Amino acid sequence: MDTVIKTDKLTKRFGAFIAANEITLEVYKGEIFGFLGANGAGKTTAMRMLCGLSTPSSGNAIIAGFDVYKQTEKIKKNIGYMSQKFSLYDDLTVLENIYFFGGIYGLSDDQLKNKSSELIKRLGLENEATKLVSSLPLGWKQKLSFSVAVLHEPKIVFLDEPTGGVDPVTRRQFWDLIYEAADRGVTIFVTTHYMDEAEYCNRISIMVDGKVEALDSPSNLKSNFGVRSMDEVFYQLARGAKRGD
Amino acid sequence: MQFITFLKKEFAHVLRDRKTLLILFGMPIAQILIFGFALTNEVKNAKIVVIDYAKDVASQKLVTKLEASQYFEIEKTVLGADQIDKSFKEGVIKLALVIPSNFGADLAHQNHAQIQVIADASDPNTANTLTNYISSIVVDYQQELSRSAGISFRIVPETRMLYNPQLLGVYNFVPGVMALVLMLVCVMMTAVSIVREKEMGTMEILLVSPFKPLMVVISKAIPYLLLSLINVAIILLLSVYVLDLPIHGSILLLFVESTLFIITCLTVGIFISVKTASQQVAMLISLMGMMLPTILFSGFMFPIENMPVALQVISNVVPAKWFYIIVKAIMIKGLGFSGIWKETLILSGMTVFLLIVSLRTFKIRLA
Repeated sequence: MDTVIKTDKLTKRFGAFIAANEITLEVYKGEIFGFLGANGAGKTTAMRMLCGLSTPSSGNAIIAGFDVYKQTEKIKKNIGYMSQKFSLYDDLTVLENIYFFGGIYGLSDDQLKNKSSELIKRLGLENEATKLVSSLPLGWKQKLSFSVAVLHEPKIVFLDEPTGGVDPVTRRQFWDLIYEAADRGVTIFVTTHYMDEAEYCNRISIMVDGKVEALDSPSNLKSNFGVRSMDEVFYQLARGAKRGD
Repeated sequence: MQFITFLKKEFAHVLRDRKTLLILFGMPIAQILIFGFALTNEVKNAKIVVIDYAKDVASQKLVTKLEASQYFEIEKTVLGADQIDKSFKEGVIKLALVIPSNFGADLAHQNHAQIQVIADASDPNTANTLTNYISSIVVDYQQELSRSAGISFRIVPETRMLYNPQLLGVYNFVPGVMALVLMLVCVMMTAVSIVREKEMGTMEILLVSPFKPLMVVISKAIPYLLLSLINVAIILLLSVYVLDLPIHGSILLLFVESTLFIITCLTVGIFISVKTASQQVAMLISLMGMMLPTILFSGFMFPIENMPVALQVISNVVPAKWFYIIVKAIMIKGLGFSGIWKETLILSGMTVFLLIVSLRTFKIRLA
């Protein structure tokens, strides 16, 4: 299996505070990797390093074949990102948003034309294409947001709590989109607080106080901890945490 | 290519926000018109006093001419010189005309006479207007005399502006409004629009994209640069065609200097946006931190010369002050670059300094 994310003792310190402590993990091509942890465990810090937004204090990481210290620009071209905050422009239309985000990733006019019409058809947004995004329901916005994040065919897409505030049905539909993308070979790196979503992942890691305390498939984790649900696995690990909000 | 995509999006944001756009263009128009017509040049039935020491035919004729005009209401009571001062202070009269005792004789023998015009310049606009009326009536009278006698006569009005000899305040509002509007558009709008991206969470997406962070900020600033230049044009058109305030200097130079000031303001806006996390805070800082000093210290509302030394020193760090001086020099005095290079240099220095500071803080924030 191709490794698309490989970190070795990746660490970020802010003064005496170690936000991310010697994170070592590998993520494979086309995998859906759940990145779990309580609030304040260091997920965001770790993810920012992987996206090339923040320089690590020590350790190494190769993302999509590029070094996090020297090749952040190349990393940025090869990843997609969607955050917990809804991340499209409300005052632009659906099409304009697609063109804009595709455009800043350097897609050509032809590519934009093809991809946008294909995307709009796939999401069933034909009637809404020239309407402002503010008029869409939240669930659609989120799906559009994800589709826009993978429009430039990144090797990896980072999803930071993508389904916050969305009802279970819409969440399920959102995960269908994620599976489709994974089938096309896109690696999904997702953080979430929903344990049902954790079950959808191929493998998950759980961070506690800046360290990765567990890393395996959901079923292996459950059997290792001798419990029946991911909730209990998470609870057993996170209970020992000293840091919090 | 990517940059153009970005610019398109920024223009869409700006142009779609109709309410803000209306305010941005409506505000300078309203301000110019309100200031312009509130400070009207037309003065009618102003109370003046004539102190006629000559009491001869020539002086009587001049007084009759003054009376005949719509502009003055002449107080007939003869006042002593000491009472003039008192009347001025009480605000009873706006202007005093003193005709010396040898007025008629000088005119007859030397073809040349003097009169003294004393105006209350605490209201500089009125004082200026009134003295101009007097001068033109005097010129009119002198031409009449010359025509009937066939020799040229000269009557020289010696003007004294009481309380405010330099007539500060005249036409000050056009450069003042320019500084204010540019400040508002550039500092506040830029800061708010960048902070909005932070608040919305779209800034993160932009930072993760291969688009350079610096470019994000620059493309945010460009629509406001253009908007501001349009505003400058509107203000100038209004002042020339509606308020009859001519531009004596080079229009090109005026636009170059305006662009410099706009860049200063944009830089301040970017700096504020880097330091703040919410639109409200950005707006508050822009208003309190920039608008207030602009109004207080640019010299537009309150003459800096009259301030305590400490405040005069503070006024030097307000960019609007220098812009205001530059615009006044170009528009009203008609000076060229050689007359304002010092102010331009100071403003450029401030801009470069602010630019370096903003870029630095911007980089620190990203790390």
